Amino acid sequence: MHKYMPHTHDDVRAMLDRIGVEKLEDLFSEIPKTLVHKELDIPNSMSEIELREHFASLAKQNTPLIPFMGAGAYDHYTPSVIRHLIERQEFLTAYTPYQPEIAQGTLQYIFEYQSMICQLTGMDVSNASMYDGATATAEAMFMATGVRRSKKILISATVNPNIQEVVKTYALYRDIEVITVNEEDGQTSLDEVKALMDKDVAGLIVQNPNLYGITEDFTGFKDALDEHKGLFIMNHDPSLLAHLKTPASWGVDIAVGDAQTLGVPLSYGGPYIGYMATTTKLMRKMPGRICGVTKDQDGKRAFVLTLQAREQHIRREKANSNICSNQSLLALFVTIYMALMGKKGVYEAQQMSHDHAHYLHDKLLELPTFEPAFDKPFFKEFTLKTTLDVDKMNDVLKEHGYLGPLPQKRFDEAKADLVTFAVTEKRSKAQMDAFVDIVRGLS
Amino acid sequence: MYYDKLIFEISTEGRKGYSLPKTEIERREVPDHLRRPDCPGLPEVSELDVVRHYTNVSFKNFGIEKGFYPLGSCTMKYNPKINQDMANLPEFAGLHPYQPLDTVQGMLHVYYETQRMLSEISGLDTFTLNPYAGAHGEHIGLMIIKAYHRSRGDEKRTKIIVPDSAHGTNPASATVTGFESVEVKSNADGTVNLEDLKSVLDDTVAGIMLTNPNTVGIFEKDILEIAKLVHQAGGLLYYDGANLNPLLGFARPGDMGFDIMHINLHKTFSTPHGGGGPGSGPVGVTKALVPFLPKPVVKKTSDGYSLDGETDLTIGQVSHFVGNIGVAMKAYAYMLTIGKDNITDIARFSTLNANYIKESLKDDFLLPIEGICKHEFVFDGLKDKSTGVTTLDVAKRLLDFDMHPPTVYFPLVVKESIMVEPPETESKQTIDKFIEVMKAIAKEAKEDPDKVKGAPYNTVVKRLDEALAARKPIVKYKDLLSE
Ligand SMILES: Cc1ncc(COP(=O)(O)O)c(C=O)c1O
Repeated sequence: MHKYMPHTHDDVRAMLDRIGVEKLEDLFSEIPKTLVHKELDIPNSMSEIELREHFASLAKQNTPLIPFMGAGAYDHYTPSVIRHLIERQEFLTAYTPYQPEIAQGTLQYIFEYQSMICQLTGMDVSNASMYDGATATAEAMFMATGVRRSKKILISATVNPNIQEVVKTYALYRDIEVITVNEEDGQTSLDEVKALMDKDVAGLIVQNPNLYGITEDFTGFKDALDEHKGLFIMNHDPSLLAHLKTPASWGVDIAVGDAQTLGVPLSYGGPYIGYMATTTKLMRKMPGRICGVTKDQDGKRAFVLTLQAREQHIRREKANSNICSNQSLLALFVTIYMALMGKKGVYEAQQMSHDHAHYLHDKLLELPTFEPAFDKPFFKEFTLKTTLDVDKMNDVLKEHGYLGPLPQKRFDEAKADLVTFAVTEKRSKAQMDAFVDIVRGLS
Repeated sequence: MYYDKLIFEISTEGRKGYSLPKTEIERREVPDHLRRPDCPGLPEVSELDVVRHYTNVSFKNFGIEKGFYPLGSCTMKYNPKINQDMANLPEFAGLHPYQPLDTVQGMLHVYYETQRMLSEISGLDTFTLNPYAGAHGEHIGLMIIKAYHRSRGDEKRTKIIVPDSAHGTNPASATVTGFESVEVKSNADGTVNLEDLKSVLDDTVAGIMLTNPNTVGIFEKDILEIAKLVHQAGGLLYYDGANLNPLLGFARPGDMGFDIMHINLHKTFSTPHGGGGPGSGPVGVTKALVPFLPKPVVKKTSDGYSLDGETDLTIGQVSHFVGNIGVAMKAYAYMLTIGKDNITDIARFSTLNANYIKESLKDDFLLPIEGICKHEFVFDGLKDKSTGVTTLDVAKRLLDFDMHPPTVYFPLVVKESIMVEPPETESKQTIDKFIEVMKAIAKEAKEDPDKVKGAPYNTVVKRLDEALAARKPIVKYKDLLSE
């Protein structure tokens, strides 16, 4: 007997009798004897006490550091309320809302989530979530190449290199050519976009803020793309959209990104949540689930998955995407985050990230070992040039419990002297001063 | 009382649900030319407003802890609480993905050991936990198939064979990997038709996607023969292991001749579905295909665990970091709790439950495929077709009895499909109750068909007008306001 399996000896006997077989093994008699496996080399079962001890010993082999790095994973504050609510079994243990009459809870939060994503991005319609920001960007590429019946797409060199990689991996096996638009002083070069765009190119992928933390100016991009009917795809940090111009106002056709920045814990990189939002015009080309409003027989307002003729369970090989399970519970997570923070809170929290990042930026520039890498506006992440040995600096910071800045050489050997810092509302002045003191001690 | 408010509809100007520390740091402004001129229309609510709202919203959902959830192809087993507690430990949840390796050894141990146990259970060499869900696993597995053929200069293999009974993600995954999918017909018992298979096998076939037991719950007895045929034709075998329950401890896809597979940790390995994710869809491969795995790969070395990316043949990166590792932690805790001493019982009891229900209900529901099934099976609607009561009606009527209906209208090869999967965590009492209710519905269908067709009656909303939603899409709060 095991605590997760309730059958008693008598239960099994009675059930086997109903089926008309002698013993449990008879239920497996058609499996060829040559396939039946001996014993598996996995551990014996643990009690809950032993399991806790095991995890406690593993926990000791982890040391969460205080991050001064972002690079796609940001240490924003998570209000306590969220964990308690998303772990309600009604949300946590439900399947995809295929029986809407008993899944109005899931469907309603998806609707609220879609509404909030549209409020932040300014777009017309959002889906119910994607896996992460990188795969959402790759899906946007598929969407654009599908709509434009093209096998080419542009991506800016200033997009986070991991996102670029995922896009290129997805493209490679579908024979899509991904052409890199070079950067100019830390920003996507508009001249290059103009030079590379033609009618055979599906569109352009950019990111804001970009891999250096720079908030790019996209003036002129929409026109350059429109000239060749190219689609504008922007990966944008949603937490900054109370401050920054929306993707919609830049003329974006598909907005994507990772909503991890809306309070989702770091968790070593996942689960996070990709978002995707688009225009009404492209709604039917969007991948993934969409929740809409309808009425029940009595005329009561209700929610339901809609426009499902885009999806794999109906359209099979002709579907817009193969996505089935997404990151639904994380959609609830960020919905509750946005509800708590509300109209003013998202702004205030990120104003703090912004101001604190600028404080650290200025403090570091007071040191002789740092100088500016770009003269461009940034938000909560910024890149400096340093004369310090970057690995040594980060080792020392680690000994003090800090995760130092991202060395850009992780992605490009030629950028050996560039480091990118990230600051959120969680980094206090005292922490930043202590951090700068350690860096000051290095030479 | 039915709670029908949206969070936006309880918003009151000036309320707030957050607190932030005071700061003495000087405020700076975002440059004008980059600044958003207006304010996003998010709600203004207090913390208790939020807590009550989502608590009331949750009451409109049905979860596993409320009642029986025999949703076929979904393996809705109990989601243990201890797993959740372990995944929430701050020493894990607080790790940045780019932390130095010596500060994340415990996390990498979980990753490595999870993949190792999955390899052992499925008879493949190595797993990657980077895929986010089953469909993502399929996409990645098919990339590996393509990369493998390309690495041999074999560019003409453009087709993936998919049985007509396969899950919709299979053909869709073939498309997004740039393959053409070729459908093969099933035999009457849902197994692969060998003659049909032979007729499509040639040197343009890159591989085949199968699940065994197949989608109707029947074990593919000829699997070794199928594997031989496909391999002889130069193709690879992909195993859709979304639902692995009935094989655990009995038979291994690797031993059957499969080269690549994915497993849904959010099914067989008890991690919660979360209303549609996050899942986790680890992909396993034979030794020959290990170099193609997506990066990064977690390796065990004499200096501890490392993250490695640079093999020449890797298909590339498919996730920003290492996938839904927080989900894998729960599956790891589950595997340790089950252990080798109990794992086979999962197969035994889930199979016992399915056969018991099948035998108990086959006088009332049409059983298209006789014989022993594995962990799930399908009925083709009610046995008595004269009543006009459809599978949809039966499913809706079940809602009135506090049970989640089985999967309906999948697989597509069974017209009025009712796909029942009663996991091993369910007791005989629960299952007997389900049988009783199903029999009562069958009886009601004869005596008062309109009653069944009018169901549900006890749910927060009645049957929905799905066509209306698609005809006039209202997909955000703002659309409702302009109604
Ligand atoms: C047989 C089968 N294959 C693939 C999938 C897809 O898995 P996921 O929803 O995790 O993408 C499912 C789940 O719905 C399934 O049942």
